[in-house]
Amino acid sequence: MDKRVIKVTVNNQVFEREVETRRSLGDFLRQDLGLTGTHIGCEHGVCGACTVLLNGNTARSCLTLAVQADGAAVTTIEGLAAPDGTFSALQQAFRECHGLQCGFCTPGMLTTLTELLGENLDPTEAEVREAITGNLCRCTGYQPIINAALLAASRMRAARANEVKA
Amino acid sequence: MRDEISVPASSTIEKAGKYVGKRVQRTEDEKLLRGQGQYVDDLKLENVLYSALCRSPHAHARIVSIDTAAARALPGVRAVYLHADLPPSAQHRLPLLVPNPAIRAQMTQEVLASTEVCSVGDPIAFVVADSRHIAEDACALIDIEYDVLPVVADASTALAAGTPLMHTSLESNLAAQIKMGFGEVGKAFETAAHVVRETFWQNRGSAHPMETRGYAAEYHAVTGQLTVWSAGQAPFLEKKNLIEVLDWDPERLRIIMNDVGGGFGPKVIFYPEEALVAIAAWKLGRPVKWIEDRREHFFTATQERDQWWDISLALTAEGRILGIKLDMTHDNGAYLPWGIIMPYIAATTTPGPYVIPAMDVEVKVVFTNKGPTSPVRGAGRPQAVFAMERILDKAARAMGLDRAELRRRNLIGPEQMPYSVGFIYRDGKPLIYDSGDYPRCQAEALARADYDGFAARKAAARLQGRYLGIGMANYVEGTGLGPFEGATVRVQQNGRISILTGAAPQGQGHKTTLAQICADQLGVPMDHIDVITADTNTVSMGIGTFASRITVTAGSSVHLAAQAVRDKVARLAAFMLGCEADQITLDNGFALVAGEPERRKSFAELARVSQGMPGFSFPAGVTNGLEDTQYFSPSQSTYCNGTAVVELELDRDTGQIQILHYVMAHDCGKLINPMIVDGQIQGAIAHGIGNATLEWMRYDDQAQPITTNFGEYLLPMATDVPNADIVHIETPSPLNPLGVKGAGEGGTIPAAAAIIGAIEDALSDTGVFLTDSPMTPPRLFEVLSKTGVYK
Repeated sequence: MDKRVIKVTVNNQVFEREVETRRSLGDFLRQDLGLTGTHIGCEHGVCGACTVLLNGNTARSCLTLAVQADGAAVTTIEGLAAPDGTFSALQQAFRECHGLQCGFCTPGMLTTLTELLGENLDPTEAEVREAITGNLCRCTGYQPIINAALLAASRMRAARANEVKA
Repeated sequence: MRDEISVPASSTIEKAGKYVGKRVQRTEDEKLLRGQGQYVDDLKLENVLYSALCRSPHAHARIVSIDTAAARALPGVRAVYLHADLPPSAQHRLPLLVPNPAIRAQMTQEVLASTEVCSVGDPIAFVVADSRHIAEDACALIDIEYDVLPVVADASTALAAGTPLMHTSLESNLAAQIKMGFGEVGKAFETAAHVVRETFWQNRGSAHPMETRGYAAEYHAVTGQLTVWSAGQAPFLEKKNLIEVLDWDPERLRIIMNDVGGGFGPKVIFYPEEALVAIAAWKLGRPVKWIEDRREHFFTATQERDQWWDISLALTAEGRILGIKLDMTHDNGAYLPWGIIMPYIAATTTPGPYVIPAMDVEVKVVFTNKGPTSPVRGAGRPQAVFAMERILDKAARAMGLDRAELRRRNLIGPEQMPYSVGFIYRDGKPLIYDSGDYPRCQAEALARADYDGFAARKAAARLQGRYLGIGMANYVEGTGLGPFEGATVRVQQNGRISILTGAAPQGQGHKTTLAQICADQLGVPMDHIDVITADTNTVSMGIGTFASRITVTAGSSVHLAAQAVRDKVARLAAFMLGCEADQITLDNGFALVAGEPERRKSFAELARVSQGMPGFSFPAGVTNGLEDTQYFSPSQSTYCNGTAVVELELDRDTGQIQILHYVMAHDCGKLINPMIVDGQIQGAIAHGIGNATLEWMRYDDQAQPITTNFGEYLLPMATDVPNADIVHIETPSPLNPLGVKGAGEGGTIPAAAAIIGAIEDALSDTGVFLTDSPMTPPRLFEVLSKTGVYK
């Protein structure tokens, strides 16, 4: 069995592990590191539940091999809150807007929208819809997720405006 | 004939308290948003083994030989099971979950196929190994020789002469035949001024919860205890089946469903993999896990909606319905896991909110070599509503009447409630709608949709070269199905309150809803309450989560149990404080004497006292423990109703639609948490949009599934689902103390009828009449090609 040693920074913590070359990043996070917040929904790169941030960009952890993440920084749902546990604006808005029901697609929704709001703090509703077309949700009918993203964006804009003033 | 509905003595609908009726944020979300959920694949079990199945690639074949030598020799493989390796109790077909005398041939699945496979994906060998990779590698090394047999791939011809048998043990592909009806149908059609008839076909899809199926099992040799974790919907039903299949001591078997990533029906069913995981964990003495992959889900999780409807409607010259004749064929696929509930529900849903004086029904349930079917969100009702609402559209067109006006003339009025539909239901009792205001519901939906203004919008759009259409559909849905769901409410010695129930959530927010109900009865903040769901160690019996039934059954049980606990608290506090029980009020975890707040006892102290001390008897009227268990059992289903009105734009060149306004007027009785109900409706509508425009589980003429990934089978995306415009109407049900009805499925039920009616309306100049669902863009293109639109 072909194995390699890889070094990956996950949620600001460095992990060095020997992995089979055929191990997916999703299985590596879930089984080797015990970070089960990332969910595997289809294993063919369509449903988006397994989406993580790889060096800040969204990536399907079911289609990415663990060895491809060697030397990279990965952010998962477990790494979205502040170090003291305070929810990110997006997590807080998901809660207030009922942006999740079963919670299985939630890790992918949060990472994808974290990327969107990192690039565009003032998205239109259509832009939010477009951004999550690669994330399937069977429970919510999407609207509460979109509402949550728009609420989080408005709060983040207000926070940034306050920072600028200060 | 109209039976009186008995109203429970305690049916005073509690005034909205602190929580009931409010948009309370969910208690489930905190950990899920941090990635700390515990779905079955997240369980960390020491020394766990993984498993995979070797499945039939053929829809129908005899197994000639199986060679597992190479698989067994692969390093890391711990066991390979074939049919003959299973315990004798597991070598029978699985139990039929809901028997019915109309069933002619009982055909449930084998845990592992013995001699014959009759659907692609039938399990043949079960491999347990150190990793999932190794288990799958080993499956690929199993060599099976098949003798391929002729298949039944089309339910509509399954009973025709010369069609092969889908299983060689059968005498016919007919699984069941149901005949029922009421009134004088012959006379209705003889005297009718108008008769319309049409054949409708609805295709199957699958539920596709984002979490697939999965099980983990652990056996403790010292205690003989077997624990199974499942991504399921019905813990007690799974337990019942495992007891039989494993011949197991019921007291040493526990089923737990922690977080479950969606269900929508198919996770109700008891599947072979659960038995296999349990058997392997028991025999190998190590925990075993099996997680279904999405491809497996496409052909082994149950599916729904393949039905052919031949329906005729007789009407007077004024458009009053005189009678219905219905001949329906239901494709049950290869097995009959859940009995014939679904075609039964479909047929009895047909009358909907309309006065139907006479109806004749014949339903044939047939086997094919496709995947087995069982209820998926809506459970037979979307097909019935599609057929009924489409035939009404056809009648309106034939008579030159407005579609909404024709419906209005036939609606059951609120003054006619409770209303006996005419059918004798499968429990032997007449089918009776308990409550509702159907004319108001339709009127409010039409007003919100500005139905009257649509003709002008359509004409204006036409001038711009755009095609708009509007469609509508009404439905009545039996929800809150009996017999019961149990709950215990207990004040703990630390003053916290526990709710324990066998009810199983998959995202519906049961923990929040049940805590709201309990908090109001006990006068405590919700954060004093812990809710444990979906564990067979909570209460001793349960049914499961389906038929939009949990708030009615478990919700009422929590309500009644919390009331009983309130009385116990008051009696004990009155004794300890030296007053009468009716002087006690409850506030924030304390029982206090009304008007004298300094005279009080905390719930914690009361709970400790109620646990007793050795040798000290309780005073008269006080019994041990501040807890109560209830199994609320409704006398019959409660009926919710709704109206969907959909306005959309159709691109005739591509067959693509854009929904412009989706109105859903909905009456599910009293709302416990409107935020959660809105979420259920919006989500159910998304499912219906998928059913109507995208989702089509296809098979070829050899019954080979040909849509087995999310590229070939399309689920609705965020750009396909509009923001539903929801109108709540609250007609409290008299059948339970909360006045609630079910909310989980209503959004799905009228969707296909309303959307496809709207597409047809956008084509009104062509005269086309649409009779099948889904209307995917390619299917619509095919239909339009025949109309001359593209010439």
